[in-house]
Amino acid sequence: MKFELSPKVLMIVLVVLLALAPLVLKPYHITVLNYIGLYSMVAIGLVLLTGVGGLTSFGQAAFVGLGAYTTAVLTTASDLPGWLAWMGWSPWLSLVAGLIVTGTSAYLIGLVTLRLSGHFLPLGTIAWGISLYFLFGTMGLLGGHTGFGGIPPIAVFGYELRQGHQIFYLIWLFVLLAVITTLNLLDSREGRAIRALKGGMIMAEAMGVNTARSRMVIFVIASLLACASGWLYVHMQRFVNPTPFGIHMGIEYLFMAVLGGAAHVWGAIIGATVITVLKQWLQDILPAIFGQAGNFEVIFFGALLVLILHRARGGLWPILTSLTQRVVPVRAEQRQIDRNVEPLPSRELPSKGELLLDAREVTRRFGGLIACNRLSLEVRAGEILALIGPNGAGKSTMFNQVSGVDVPTSGKITFLGKDVTGKTSREIARMGMSRTFQHVKLLPTMSVIENVAIGAHLRGNRGVLSAAWRLDRQEEKRLLAEAAKQIERVGLGDYMFVEAGSLALGQQRIVEIARALTSDPCLLLLDEPAAGLRYKEKQALAELMRKLSAEGMGILLVEHDMDFVMGLVDRVVVMEFGEKISEGLPEEVQKDPAVLQAYLGGVE
Amino acid sequence: MDLQIALILGQDGITNGAIYALLALALVLVFAVTRVIFIPQGEFVAYGALTLAMIENGFFPATMWLLLGAGVVVTLADGVSAIRAGQSRKVVGIAGVNLIYPLLLLALVWSLPLRDLPLAVQVLLTLLIVVPMGPMMYRLVYQPIADAPVLVLLIMSIAAHVAMVGLGLVFFGPEGYRTSPFSNARFEIGPMFVTGQTIWVILSSLVFIVALALFFSKTIYGKALRATAINPNGARLMGISPMLAGKLTFFLAALIGALSGVLISPITTIYYDTGFLIGLKGFVAAIIGGLSSYPIAAAGALMVGLLESFSSFWASAYKEVIVFTLVIPVLVWRSLTTHHMEEEE
Amino acid sequence: MSETDTRGTLLEVRDLSVFYGKVEALHGASIRLDEGSIVTVIGPNGAGKTTMLSAIMGVLPSVGEIRFRGAVEHSPEVETMVARGMNLVPEKRDLFGEMSVEDNLVLGAFQRYREGKRDHGTTLGEVFELFPRLQERRAQLAGTLSGGERQMLAVGRALMAKPRLLMLDEPSLGLAPLIVREIFRIISELRSRGVSILLVEQNARAALQVADYAYVLETGEITIEGPASELANDPRIIEAYLGLGGKHQDALAG
Repeated sequence: MKFELSPKVLMIVLVVLLALAPLVLKPYHITVLNYIGLYSMVAIGLVLLTGVGGLTSFGQAAFVGLGAYTTAVLTTASDLPGWLAWMGWSPWLSLVAGLIVTGTSAYLIGLVTLRLSGHFLPLGTIAWGISLYFLFGTMGLLGGHTGFGGIPPIAVFGYELRQGHQIFYLIWLFVLLAVITTLNLLDSREGRAIRALKGGMIMAEAMGVNTARSRMVIFVIASLLACASGWLYVHMQRFVNPTPFGIHMGIEYLFMAVLGGAAHVWGAIIGATVITVLKQWLQDILPAIFGQAGNFEVIFFGALLVLILHRARGGLWPILTSLTQRVVPVRAEQRQIDRNVEPLPSRELPSKGELLLDAREVTRRFGGLIACNRLSLEVRAGEILALIGPNGAGKSTMFNQVSGVDVPTSGKITFLGKDVTGKTSREIARMGMSRTFQHVKLLPTMSVIENVAIGAHLRGNRGVLSAAWRLDRQEEKRLLAEAAKQIERVGLGDYMFVEAGSLALGQQRIVEIARALTSDPCLLLLDEPAAGLRYKEKQALAELMRKLSAEGMGILLVEHDMDFVMGLVDRVVVMEFGEKISEGLPEEVQKDPAVLQAYLGGVE
Repeated sequence: MDLQIALILGQDGITNGAIYALLALALVLVFAVTRVIFIPQGEFVAYGALTLAMIENGFFPATMWLLLGAGVVVTLADGVSAIRAGQSRKVVGIAGVNLIYPLLLLALVWSLPLRDLPLAVQVLLTLLIVVPMGPMMYRLVYQPIADAPVLVLLIMSIAAHVAMVGLGLVFFGPEGYRTSPFSNARFEIGPMFVTGQTIWVILSSLVFIVALALFFSKTIYGKALRATAINPNGARLMGISPMLAGKLTFFLAALIGALSGVLISPITTIYYDTGFLIGLKGFVAAIIGGLSSYPIAAAGALMVGLLESFSSFWASAYKEVIVFTLVIPVLVWRSLTTHHMEEEE
Repeated sequence: MSETDTRGTLLEVRDLSVFYGKVEALHGASIRLDEGSIVTVIGPNGAGKTTMLSAIMGVLPSVGEIRFRGAVEHSPEVETMVARGMNLVPEKRDLFGEMSVEDNLVLGAFQRYREGKRDHGTTLGEVFELFPRLQERRAQLAGTLSGGERQMLAVGRALMAKPRLLMLDEPSLGLAPLIVREIFRIISELRSRGVSILLVEQNARAALQVADYAYVLETGEITIEGPASELANDPRIIEAYLGLGGKHQDALAG
């Protein structure tokens, strides 16, 4: 057997090294390590926010400042108003206060910016980072630009952490907690929703994920990590002034995350280490080179980041792991699927023949173009309806109207007897409609089972906190068991743990079906599921669809492969130029001259 | 506040607003054509102002070295790839623009009695030095990852910005400069005094805005830039390469930046890092226009200028806080009027 | 490189493959187009027709050899191909919606203008002669045109570059029959003016009627080729589109 280290062993080695560090290192090095720890916490928040969630903030330093100033003011003020006086005595209470202040402001800023497309958030954070910095500097209460001191040290069980090597343990305890909770969170129901934010929002919404809420969650978590870092910083320095919370630090934090590898939690620590150590070194040599004093290291950092983004967009962490992997192989943790858990409760399917979907005169205009013109169709439980037509006939547009991805210009869509026109895809998904996409929307770097498990989002309810502290494991087992069951059902059991992006396109479409089935729908919308499949795979897919409809599920199918459609479906609707040109049994439609004309075309 | 003070403040606000309007137009243009959020715009302002200040004081402008350095790197990068592609004839052209030009300029600047030159020539020299850095910057920083997501390009911008600020400190030192005004005239119009420089700033901004409008509506290169902004794929099929569009856009942005710096430096003391704040105010205006509308951005710029000058009167300590917090209500308004969900990447 | 073996051949594509990530969308396609001819590539949806045109034009990176006007390219640059006289009218038309019809057309001549050939005034007249409708609407914004007019503008814009080879991707897509007829009339007209055409179509009957030679593309591979007049009556074509009892392809592949 090949020698491989378990990640747990590495973790223990890291903890032991950290524990021994203050005993062997000089005070100067301990100070550097303390700073690395403080910066790492902020950078971990940015990994979650930027690398994983696709949101960027240059204002993290301002959150650090909020944490720092809150505790500085509360622990030094001698004349706190009566209702606040009770917290004036302990930094631990002011940590709580700081977290509340920071979390609330992050929430309010998030409300304003998170609904906008991605680049407005970073611009907003630059602006608010600058505003807050000037505010710190101008408010008399906060000591102005010179700041103020006299801040007490943190005490743990009466033991005061006055020296660098004393607070060292507390800082790195916080860092490890941040790493572990972030890793836990990402490996959970909420975590999968968060990981879908980057490039998979439409899909996630269609699976019932509230993406706006997920964005808010990571924005607030990142701000809280920054706040804790500020709290530790102030009680280490015992002094506060606005300089470390300016926009330049906000930029530096982002550099750390991006340089280390924005998509990896450990990359944050690498980035913080590289930037901090380089900065110490450059600040010694550069002023000598240029013959004057100043922040010259930023020239170097700027150039370094440009080069790293040109050559390795993923940052240093992936390079580092592939290098060390050759020397010290680390075992990849294989996820275990527990088959014996109690299965998730499933929906009662409507009785066969019951009307599921009723679309009446649905019209969708894009400017002057009518993509869908007064199109009506209905799907009953246990029935397979095919929607066919040449390229550009408006089939996928019709799909988007029905599933709530888009809103029809006019017309009415009823699902399970309720009017769902104008409802969001999230609400419709909750009612029991699930879909696949014509242009496959999988998260290519996530494993097949994680992709499929996103489908089960609405069947669990464990939140962020239980995920962070692993109180969600029982539910998680059930969600994954359900995902595994559906993957096997569609015949991809062998690929459960491979990256979804490495599958052939046809197989990726099948993964989408498994994901849709995991949401336990009563109506399934499949957009060209058979494209790119081989004959036998198509037969297997047809078999599966027959079984599903026999169980009472309704299926609406957009397809081009007439062969596949004809032997399988109960009824066919044919579209051309956004209108229905034919409807009926497969054999009738096949002989309809209008259909032949639409498919083969003609000049005369 | 009496009418006189209000008029002075209003005049200040409009003068600064005119500069912010120019910058906002450049930011909208760069974003529309290249999807780059051009944070280093402010550095071009500072480089323009401070290069002129150095020339005025008879020093050899240190930015000349940056132009030469960037030119060498571009020549190497483009030259090697041209030779690899078997187009060694192109190397002459590449070296001509990126290497020979800076060298000739260097010789010219070296030999001229900088301090004694007329102001117009000094300004021209400043533009000749600073503006070519725009396209070079596009080539070195953005072109290799032109298809990257907006956020990656934004991080690139920030990286370029901090590097340029650092270099600015090396080139110009920590002291601020104010250059001599284009005109010392003072006019009395009713109850207020208007300085010649104010009129210079406002008129030049107007002329430049009109010139830009003509460039975009009348010339084929201007139309090509608009086409790239509207439909990059379609433009590419017409032979308008993203590289050409990018360089042309950055040329214009650098020109606008350097010109703004030259115009504003007689009014405001410029430090090596002042550009960032000036550029960001242009940004606030550009955001008001949603990074897409030129007229709204220009109107927003005037608003920012007026807000800044009036708040410096009422609450001078909170001037910057007030200007930058303005972004928040603007973003609220934008978020309430945006409904569709956008897929990033 | 010998000139003799390419005489008369304008475009020759050998073993062209395109990958989307790890997935192969076009597999070793080879086609040939003689000077002054119309060649069509037909096939069902998703067969890789658009992928093939995009790769020849350089919009997509590819593996394989593209010989155009005697010079060999591997995964070419779009700008190079435009400069050498190739022009693509894409399936989405990619017009400049917020610009006038005339500006759209003028930009078609951008590459020539850059090379110093500033004759776009005359070319504009020729295009207006071919599409009188565009002349009527020359001041109108392209985004306000109807579907057929958009297609005419897309073709007209490509003609402004005076191309040697015009590649049309689904020119009949989404157009009413009457307008489809008009578009195909223009395609024939263009050939008589010396423009060679590579035509990708889903509307197989119309394409085979105007073309000299045809290729059928299915699931990324060229499966059938031959003179257009022969293929027009080939039952295999109907199978490829409607799959009436045509299981042999899949049976072979499975």
